[in-house]
Amino acid sequence: MQFLFRYANPHNFMRLSGAVLPFTAIGAALALIAGLYLSFSVPPDYQQGRTVTIFFIHVPAATMAMGTYIAIALCSLLSLVWRHPLSDTAARAAAPLGAMFTALGLITGALWGKPMWGTYWVWDARLTSFLLLLFIYFGYMALWSAIEDEAKAARAAAILALVGAVNIPIIKYSVDWWNTLHQGSTVTAFKMAAVYYPPFFTMLLAYSLLFATLWMIRIRTAIVERRARNLMQGAAA
Amino acid sequence: MNPFGTLLLRDLKLAARSGGGAALALSFFALVATLVPLGVGADLKLLARVAGGILWVAAVLSALLSLDRLFQGDFEDGSLEVIALSPLALEMTALAKIMAHWLSTGLPLTLLSPVLALLFNLDVAPTVTLFLSLLIGTPAVSAVGAIGASLTLSLKRGGLILPLIILPLLAPAVIFGAGAVRLVLDGMGSGSALGLLAAFSFGAVLLSPFAAAASVRLNLGG
Repeated sequence: MQFLFRYANPHNFMRLSGAVLPFTAIGAALALIAGLYLSFSVPPDYQQGRTVTIFFIHVPAATMAMGTYIAIALCSLLSLVWRHPLSDTAARAAAPLGAMFTALGLITGALWGKPMWGTYWVWDARLTSFLLLLFIYFGYMALWSAIEDEAKAARAAAILALVGAVNIPIIKYSVDWWNTLHQGSTVTAFKMAAVYYPPFFTMLLAYSLLFATLWMIRIRTAIVERRARNLMQGAAA
Repeated sequence: MNPFGTLLLRDLKLAARSGGGAALALSFFALVATLVPLGVGADLKLLARVAGGILWVAAVLSALLSLDRLFQGDFEDGSLEVIALSPLALEMTALAKIMAHWLSTGLPLTLLSPVLALLFNLDVAPTVTLFLSLLIGTPAVSAVGAIGASLTLSLKRGGLILPLIILPLLAPAVIFGAGAVRLVLDGMGSGSALGLLAAFSFGAVLLSPFAAAASVRLNLGG
């Protein structure tokens, strides 16, 4: 806990993130180049053919989409229970990134679905719950921007994020139940051959580093923005 | 009279006397159900097939109509602060408002549903299941809706953002509620779906007063 609060001070956070940022940014770029190169150089899958490359872009995006929501929920808990001052900013900064990963997962899923299932969209359990996740992200961001008083918006958004965190597993379960009601899953289990592991984990690393970089930049921007606003208010008064 | 009952009765009277809350939701419910055959065609087989889903979605949307006023009216005229000062815990206040909302919208919608099911050519057995599923599931709509209503109570245009917040969270209710009807149409038992729906509904009614009270508190506290 103490460790977390040391960086609750925006000044400390700015210093630490400023030092770390170049490394994560360069790391993300290198991992992305290596990951994309590996993704396009793997041998085609015996069933999926060339489209297996989409897998390396699609699955890490989906993983990050869920991971980001967990990060938002944890930040919200920190903010509501311990009044950690920076976690509101962090939660708000993460939301558009999570929505972007969710949208990327959905779009690449649709592009993959066309050659695999013959259609861009099937009401598959996983696709459907991801679509709902996207709307949950939209609602969360809309609530943030709708409430003018920033302190109130932060607490309202935190409550919503936690309600969503309780509800998302239920939604996931209910969508799975709904999908098995009439037809078996159309997605066969994807047992990966060993050659597919290196590009997959490289891409996962690239996505994580990219997220860390963008998240820090967004938090830093929010802090600087608030400082500028305070300065302007001070000058006006 | 105990404060919980007083508040419940007051909210019910307010719902009945100001703008006919239940009648409005019921007309909306019936209107959506009337527009659907105009959109998808008058094929009675098809209508019976989609009736459960359509009526469930229509019921959720109808219940939404009056949700944004759940706390807002009391917040604007200051009575919410007085209620918050009363010995009644804010969680119980939220529960009373959820119950009042359900009694003035969810329950009337449920009672009307067999009539609309008739228009959709639904047999007796699936109609009974639809009725039961709405009876079990609509409290969850009021309960989850109360969270959204309390989060948006200080917003002038909260009515626009409220559906965006709560509709994704209500997906399980629609899935289990309409799923129960489909199971019966396919000649299977609806017990599993109704059981899961009841679990979701109980959970929602039990937990959402806490979330709603927390956000009412933050809006009053400043």
